[in-house]
Amino acid sequence: MTQYFNEMYEGDAVRAPYAGLESWIRSMPAELRQMKQAEAEALFRRIGITFAVYGEGGDPDRLIPFDMFPRVFAQDEWRKLDRGVKQRARALNAFLRDVYGRGEIVRAGRIPARLVYQNEAYEHAVSGFTPPRGIYSHIVGVDLVRTGPDEFFVLEDNCRTPSGVSYMLENREIMMRMFPQLFRENRIAPVDGYAELLRRTLASVAPEKCDRAPTIAILTPGHFNSAYYEHSFLADLMGVELVEAADLFVEGGFVWMRTTEGPKKLDVIYRRIDDAFLDPLCFRPDSMLGVPGLMDVYRSGGVTIASAPGAGVADDKAIYTFVPEMVRFYLDEEPILQNVPTWQCGKADDLKYVLDNLGELVVKEVHGSGGYGMLVGPKSTKDQIEAFRAKIEMDPDNYIAQPTLALSTTPTFVEEGIAPRHVDLRPYCLVGEQVSLVPGGLTRVALTEGSLVVNSSQGGGVKDTWVLAE
Amino acid sequence: MLLTVQHKTIYRYDMPMRSAVQSLRLFPSRFEGQHVLSWQVEVANGLRGASFRDGAGDKVEGWSVRGPLNEVVVTVEGQVETADLAGVLRGHREMIAPEAYLRDTAATEADHALRQIGADALAGSGGALDAAHRMAAAIAEAIAYRPGVTHAHTTAAEALALAEGVCQDHAHALIATARAQGIPARYVSGYLYASEDGTPHEAAHAWAELYLDGLGWVGFDPANRCCPDERYIRLGSGMDARDAAPIRGIALGAGQENLDVTVALAAVQQ
Repeated sequence: MTQYFNEMYEGDAVRAPYAGLESWIRSMPAELRQMKQAEAEALFRRIGITFAVYGEGGDPDRLIPFDMFPRVFAQDEWRKLDRGVKQRARALNAFLRDVYGRGEIVRAGRIPARLVYQNEAYEHAVSGFTPPRGIYSHIVGVDLVRTGPDEFFVLEDNCRTPSGVSYMLENREIMMRMFPQLFRENRIAPVDGYAELLRRTLASVAPEKCDRAPTIAILTPGHFNSAYYEHSFLADLMGVELVEAADLFVEGGFVWMRTTEGPKKLDVIYRRIDDAFLDPLCFRPDSMLGVPGLMDVYRSGGVTIASAPGAGVADDKAIYTFVPEMVRFYLDEEPILQNVPTWQCGKADDLKYVLDNLGELVVKEVHGSGGYGMLVGPKSTKDQIEAFRAKIEMDPDNYIAQPTLALSTTPTFVEEGIAPRHVDLRPYCLVGEQVSLVPGGLTRVALTEGSLVVNSSQGGGVKDTWVLAE
Repeated sequence: MLLTVQHKTIYRYDMPMRSAVQSLRLFPSRFEGQHVLSWQVEVANGLRGASFRDGAGDKVEGWSVRGPLNEVVVTVEGQVETADLAGVLRGHREMIAPEAYLRDTAATEADHALRQIGADALAGSGGALDAAHRMAAAIAEAIAYRPGVTHAHTTAAEALALAEGVCQDHAHALIATARAQGIPARYVSGYLYASEDGTPHEAAHAWAELYLDGLGWVGFDPANRCCPDERYIRLGSGMDARDAAPIRGIALGAGQENLDVTVALAAVQQ
């Protein structure tokens, strides 16, 4: 029987960060709790925050379940995460700057050339180009799990366009509305500065050719996209335009936005679309999507694209193994946050180990995301394991495996009352003139008893995440 | 050799289009084998846009044309002094790591037959340069020059199976063969001055470059069974024909496009 670290209880004793929540639970009988839960759902519905789940059919406007029980970090716990996440974000950006430049880390033999240069996410089109301030990934989402009081592991990095930050902000907003006394009784660090920090981060990477206050816009694929709510929410909070590709055009070496007062020059694009759909002239000649000529303007320093095209080569699951090495190589520091031990199925020895131990491992597709195409050995049937074995044997390069981690739990409101459920954490690190991290993040919770999969596409929920001020 | 180039590309549309945007790689490469005396690129009624040199060392220039428009006309005129470097791209500045040219594209994926050609060439060869020459010769042998059989999207493997094709197919097949043997390879577009000997190839030409240790990038033209010499003008490179295209463009609107290209190269008597 695996022992899971419970973030609130040590035996019967309440751990210090959660002390302020004990009386709150006691004062909440079942009826009140149900009423509050209904109230929370109504609030989420009213603001319209929903999440379409790909490939599952059903209601595209389904709400991600919100659990009212907050997840809490003490200040000293957070300080370590803060330093660790920022360190990682700096190393990942240094790596991107390097592999699109001289490739020192490859020349030094610290990362195999094949993994970098033959990576599908490596963009020739931006090789030799250094974006403003040398920053490629301006918003780095680092997925963390906890296995003990002082044990945190990085599951994966998201250097392209990590989503979910709107939940961090809305969860807090709703908790404050429903339980104002909690925020009077506890000193909780605010997260609502995120939008202004994001705006400042984007403004700080305006291209050299921009000689005035930069004009910023968020580029969205449109309202059919599952994260459209977040795109419009962030545009709103930052006070910038929300645009689709058809609203933009290229002329005279710049990108222009069509407005009712005529074309307006655009300096920074926070894009929430994939590289492949940025510019048909560069990436997909068969596609009419995107802004033709955008990449030429980008490459000549007429506009900044955040995150930079090609940033994906840093968050590939095969590259992930080398992030601690990046920290040592570029920063000359020891990594503060540990990686999960990872087996590359493309290596013969690793493959053998993985196939021999499928029942105990978590196996993921190298380019997969959202909890799709993965096997959680201990939670799978014999048939599921055998079916997955065949898939790995067909294309070993496409899979990595990790031990099944004993994810920490936090108390969660469930049908029967309060019960421990497994959680993870995604903080959002902003990288511009400064590297900043709002104290908090998105806590995802596996609502099914015993489940270790927290992805919202797999029935996970979300929680407000508190960092206690000193 | 002093070569003059006149190259005109006309895109005609059967109904007015709203606008057009182009990204042009129509500038001679800078290396010891080429010295540009004059060079002009112009898009009729167009607005010149951004310009930069990319990681492969190619100059790229953006253009846009406001609509309504019925045609887009791109003209290139210039004079280049060339020298024979036996295909070696000496003195060319670029940033992309050679290893990046080992990745397959849809057009350059090697099948069993292409792998076999590469393995045969490598077996018993006296070093990388010799092997590269053998590969180029084998491709020239396996694919006969014949226009009209293949099209823009024909892959290397398909061309080999057909045993016929044009310079694009020769280049793709050589690239696929080399990459499958771990030799970085890329597609090069440019011009070829066809002398009086009646060589049937068009003046807008394409060939392959292979990265060989000790020599760097070396050009091979299986279509003409030689390495690029003073008759060649190099424009730009890419992973395959699509990636190296001298003109990438898009016109917005419902019209059908019709393409008309004329290229004339002449050698100036000195």
